[in-house]
Amino acid sequence: MKNIQMMGLSSINGPLVALDGVPFVSFDEMVELSLADGGRRSGRVVQIEGGRAVVQVFEGTQGLSLVNTMTRFTGRPMELPVSYEMLGRVFDGAGRPIDGLGDIYADKKLDINGQPINPVSRVYPRDYIRTGISSIDALMTLIRGQKLPIFSGSGMSHDKLAVQIVRQSRLAEEAGQGFGVVFAAMGVKNDVADYFRRSFEEGGVLEKVVMFLNLSNDPITERIFTPRCALTAAEYLAFEHDMHILVVLTDMTSYSEALREFSSSKGEIPGRKGYPGYLYSDLASIYERAGIIKTSKGSVTQIPILTMPNDDITHPVPDLTGYITEGQIVLDRALDQNGIYPSIGILPSLSRLMKDGIGEGYTRADHSAAANQLFASYARVQDARSLASVIGEDELSPADRKYIFFGKMFEKHFVSQSFNENRDIERSLNLGWKLLSILPKEELDRVGSDMLELYYRPESAAEFKEA
Amino acid sequence: MSDPKDIIYSINGPVITVRDSRTFSMQEMVYVGDARLTGEVIAVDGKATTIQVYESTTGLRPGEPVFSTGNPMSVTLGPGLLKNIFDGIERPLREIEALSGAFIRQGADVERLDAKRKWRTVVGICAGGKVRGGQIFARCQETPLIEHRCLVPPLIEEAEVIYAAPDGEYTVDDVIAKVRDKKGREGELKLAQRWPIRIPRPALRRLAIEMPLVTGQRIIDSVFPIAKGGAAAVPGGFGTGKTMTQHQLAKWCDADIIVYIGCGERGNEMTQVLEEFSELIDPSTGQLLTNRTILIANTSNMPVAAREASIYTGITLAEYYRDMGYHVAIMADSTSRWAEALREISGRLEEMPAEEGFPAYLPSRLSQFYERAGYMQTLCGADGSVSIIGAVSPQGSDFSEPVTQNTKRFVRCFWALDKSLAYARHYPAINWNNSYSEYVEELGSWYAKNVSGEFFKCRQEILTVMNEENKLMEIVKLIGSDVLPDDQKLIIEVARVVRIGFLQQNAYHKDDTYVPLEKQFKMMKTILYLYRKSKELIIQGRPFSEIVSTGIFDRVVKIKYDVPNDRLELFDAYYRDIDEALKGAKA
Repeated sequence: MKNIQMMGLSSINGPLVALDGVPFVSFDEMVELSLADGGRRSGRVVQIEGGRAVVQVFEGTQGLSLVNTMTRFTGRPMELPVSYEMLGRVFDGAGRPIDGLGDIYADKKLDINGQPINPVSRVYPRDYIRTGISSIDALMTLIRGQKLPIFSGSGMSHDKLAVQIVRQSRLAEEAGQGFGVVFAAMGVKNDVADYFRRSFEEGGVLEKVVMFLNLSNDPITERIFTPRCALTAAEYLAFEHDMHILVVLTDMTSYSEALREFSSSKGEIPGRKGYPGYLYSDLASIYERAGIIKTSKGSVTQIPILTMPNDDITHPVPDLTGYITEGQIVLDRALDQNGIYPSIGILPSLSRLMKDGIGEGYTRADHSAAANQLFASYARVQDARSLASVIGEDELSPADRKYIFFGKMFEKHFVSQSFNENRDIERSLNLGWKLLSILPKEELDRVGSDMLELYYRPESAAEFKEA
Repeated sequence: MSDPKDIIYSINGPVITVRDSRTFSMQEMVYVGDARLTGEVIAVDGKATTIQVYESTTGLRPGEPVFSTGNPMSVTLGPGLLKNIFDGIERPLREIEALSGAFIRQGADVERLDAKRKWRTVVGICAGGKVRGGQIFARCQETPLIEHRCLVPPLIEEAEVIYAAPDGEYTVDDVIAKVRDKKGREGELKLAQRWPIRIPRPALRRLAIEMPLVTGQRIIDSVFPIAKGGAAAVPGGFGTGKTMTQHQLAKWCDADIIVYIGCGERGNEMTQVLEEFSELIDPSTGQLLTNRTILIANTSNMPVAAREASIYTGITLAEYYRDMGYHVAIMADSTSRWAEALREISGRLEEMPAEEGFPAYLPSRLSQFYERAGYMQTLCGADGSVSIIGAVSPQGSDFSEPVTQNTKRFVRCFWALDKSLAYARHYPAINWNNSYSEYVEELGSWYAKNVSGEFFKCRQEILTVMNEENKLMEIVKLIGSDVLPDDQKLIIEVARVVRIGFLQQNAYHKDDTYVPLEKQFKMMKTILYLYRKSKELIIQGRPFSEIVSTGIFDRVVKIKYDVPNDRLELFDAYYRDIDEALKGAKA
């Protein structure tokens, strides 16, 4: 039944071609198209109606005509050959090697769509990953097995932040199991892909990185497979080789746009902003492929990066992503313009898994109290600022003025840190307490008296001075 | 009966069609393809029968057979449901794990209930007696907490028992009794029975709502209470704590049974519920929480059609336990994902979309779901209730979107989660200005009888303070709080005490995570006492700054941590302290 070959096509529409009279084709199976000039394309069956099969062509349909094409149905879904040797290699968006080192010797071939992890087989993630970045470690702790996206906008330093996380979290990894990075670029510029490659090289991790590159000028249909190939490789390395894999997916907005383009060419009914109604399910089928399972020591941690069009967090892509992922790190344009790196907007950022991975036995007993108080106090800073913008800073009450000062110092000393600075959790928390000591004691209403006793030191805050 | 001519014609994602068939009836459960994937008929016309498939359709081919079962999409009801975790079509996930490992394979067909396990059963009927639908005919201890009362299937009207097994150990498939109805038809009674998920189980009649579902959460119990048999919605953007609120309610509410539906949500969250509930002790019974819990997990990456079914599966299980005379609470997290599943399937059927691509029948589906809540007299004569708490995930945190708006029409309790409260880590982030509960009036006499006649008076006073504050904040935002007169400054300060000391509640603090009604009431009284006393001083002309400098406000804020739930006598000291502190301010 395998390897049915057909001559010619019935219709061509954008990336989709239709064939009639196909005898025995299965949903989602891969096809190969050979052109008269010797060119080859690959595609996938996306819809079947009786003898009519609709095929999505990955490399685009330029040059195809109704008569010059030979189509071969392979009878198998799209599969990725995987092996441990993938580490250090570079692939295109559909998983073909493009670094000139030849095909990999496949250990096995895996369906790139994966299968959902059974919730009873999951292990609830609790081990924190030390990124060495104060605001992340102290306020939105990254947990091994978590999916924590970076919401950014064009022109902000999300790439730099992702690289810093990859480099520094690796240092904390020295003892024990293998650590690896799977990097998937979807519709990013050549320069960006190159920046990542260079940074991995400089960080000495290149031999631990698997790269899947679908650049902005590569076919969009392939883009839909890029994260799936990457996650298939990640799952294989994590669950069969017991490695801790960090997956960086950039940029999920381009991915979603590719999905939209593909959906509209299929003539589907659009949902919000023209994105297909199944965008949520589709994104979930990517993001949910993070976690830890009982039968393996490895883990898959995801850091998807997405640029919010027009910095709008309610745009469907960041919105739906936020509903699926376990928190988000939101970059803030105003901080970025003030020259603060990393420009993490503290208030909208969140790590949902943080609560169970911090505190005594994980980080430090005072962690959750300190984090809560920092969030609450910094939220007050925003109120004071908006008041100051109306009545002027001089007219503020002494308490509000303290908050304004606290806010400035917090951004300058806590949020901001250099690209090479790697702070441990002790240092970040102590710094947090020192900053909180700027405020009067009675303003710290989120912490118990015992914590205040231990950590509230107004004299230590004296070092913070108005520049 | 299956017809060999019933073969797959077209495939589009989870939707397939069969052409020219007259075999299938609407909402019939079918098996699709050689892999026997579970599906349900959703449309029938002369030309084509449309079927939604509850599993991934990858690899399915046209020409593969479709098998009819003759039954509507049903669930198996019987002992063994509690402590278990199922997917959206009631397949036990632990069995699937045993079958296919950590990843869920296609076509994993497993027994719904453990067929080997024997239950020590006490049979309550004997041959020659009469039974009618809904009557309890046998009992077994399902978990240390819950006695499973086996019910005669409700559709049997009146029948004569022609055989009854003695007490003993039986599996769910053993015949416990045989009955013959008036028309001479014979039937068997087993510990397990089946019921179609889309049809509400019948009850004798609806009773008036009069009891609250006590949750131990102050903003809910004291401010926006929900009744047993009521329905509530928790809308909120991502990160506002919908799931956290649902978890807190599932842990602490005083229902007998909890059905927790993870509908299109995160896998790790379900794992967390599993882990946490098997360690936590229910305060009222001293038993592990799992003993009263059924989990339904259809995570976001599991097939979308099964997500649509998961809500109905959950509510059918809930109704079954209600019929035994239990109070059941359902947490549905999140109904928006369910609505999106409807939209996705509707899109595949190329139906005409209404608002934002949702199908025009969204409101009627929502109402059908929420109307299955209620406080009922069951067919066996007991009282039982189903309360529904549905999370809503509005797109872009915009409450004007169709799911939130339509849900609002069918629930009487609305807990609006607020982004800015969540940003300030004020949890539960339920906004007191946008939320409401229509149950307050009906629950008044219960609170008066069981807590205090002043309860709702205090509630009203607290709400008045918060309302005043809301108005004052408009001014404060423009000109700062310094210029306000002292009595208004006092309102803002008291509102701060209410916000931080009362409405905000710490789920990770051993005393604060669950607060008994008595303590909630005393906290309100103490805050209002402080308010009244300080107001008197202000009227006498004392400056506000003097009053606030006594630090008494901050002491009252910390009551939630300083007074343990079992030492409520400590409250008396606070009245003294308030008097003394304010006297000090006078001097």
